[in-house]
Amino acid sequence: MKKINILLADDDDDDRLFFSEAIEQLGLSVSLKWVVNGVELLDYLKTPDIQLPELIFLDLNMPIKGGIECLIEIRSTEYLKHLSVAIYSTSSAEQDIEESLIHGANIYIRKPSDFDELKAILNKVITTNHQYHSSHLSKENFMMVI
Amino acid sequence: MKLVLGYQVDILARKVVEKELMKIGVSYKYHNSSQIELLEELPCAVFEKLKRNLEEFGIHIRETQQEQLIQKIKDTVSEIVHDDNYYSFKISSILSDKLNLSYGYIASTFSDHTLNTLENYIMLQKIERAKVMILSDEYSLTEIAYKLNYSSVGHLSNQFKKITGLTSTSFLRIIRRRNLLYNKINNG
Repeated sequence: MKKINILLADDDDDDRLFFSEAIEQLGLSVSLKWVVNGVELLDYLKTPDIQLPELIFLDLNMPIKGGIECLIEIRSTEYLKHLSVAIYSTSSAEQDIEESLIHGANIYIRKPSDFDELKAILNKVITTNHQYHSSHLSKENFMMVI
Repeated sequence: MKLVLGYQVDILARKVVEKELMKIGVSYKYHNSSQIELLEELPCAVFEKLKRNLEEFGIHIRETQQEQLIQKIKDTVSEIVHDDNYYSFKISSILSDKLNLSYGYIASTFSDHTLNTLENYIMLQKIERAKVMILSDEYSLTEIAYKLNYSSVGHLSNQFKKITGLTSTSFLRIIRRRNLLYNKINNG
């Protein structure tokens, strides 16, 4: 079964645990890697010869380098700019949502506190993104708020 | 000077394949001399190139019938969604006609071998086309709904919101602002 490579950048230990447990219970073939901040994220992505992730989940508020800053850097780096990025945040402010999408996020997820809700959201996001990834669909207009 | 060669075909084939896979940079796992599992999905173009390159060495990739069918279903859905002549027909009946298979069989094969249902895939393709038409500024929402065989603008808007989480107006506004920003970054 082909594994879907997912990368999570989140500085909160509990959120990361919550996220990885939800992913595990989805029954999809997912390989999850996580980093704890934006600097680690970009360092990892720029490591030569790594397998680039199919989908990156990026916490909006991280110390040192935040989600938007990472997003800008990803979208302006030639060999990274095609990557699918989901901004993952506790904020549901219209402004944060629009700002994220305008800066190139494909997906904006409002972090739920309910575990089952998180599973449902992750399932929808991962399977939808996978359709773009494995078909002829251009990701240029791929946008989802959930 | 005469050279007499002896060679082992399976080692030969394996080396050639490994070289080609390394060129692409995809990770893989060898099951036996005729089966390799690619551990990531390859974009169509890359896969086709791999196929051609291997064929030069006389090595053929045998796609399983299921995979061929899935690809055919996806290509046919795309064709139907983009062809204005089909606007008044149900996609399920056109698909069934074109592939000469029952819709039930097509749908179950699709969901068994992909992570999505055929119904969702069709919706996704239609909404993607709707997005392109919205961004082109050449069509009203009514015309778009009509061309994509939605029963009403309301139906299109609902599906758009269901799939993207955005209204078509917000979508348009966000893409425009994003493009402005990208232009600024690229030209600044």
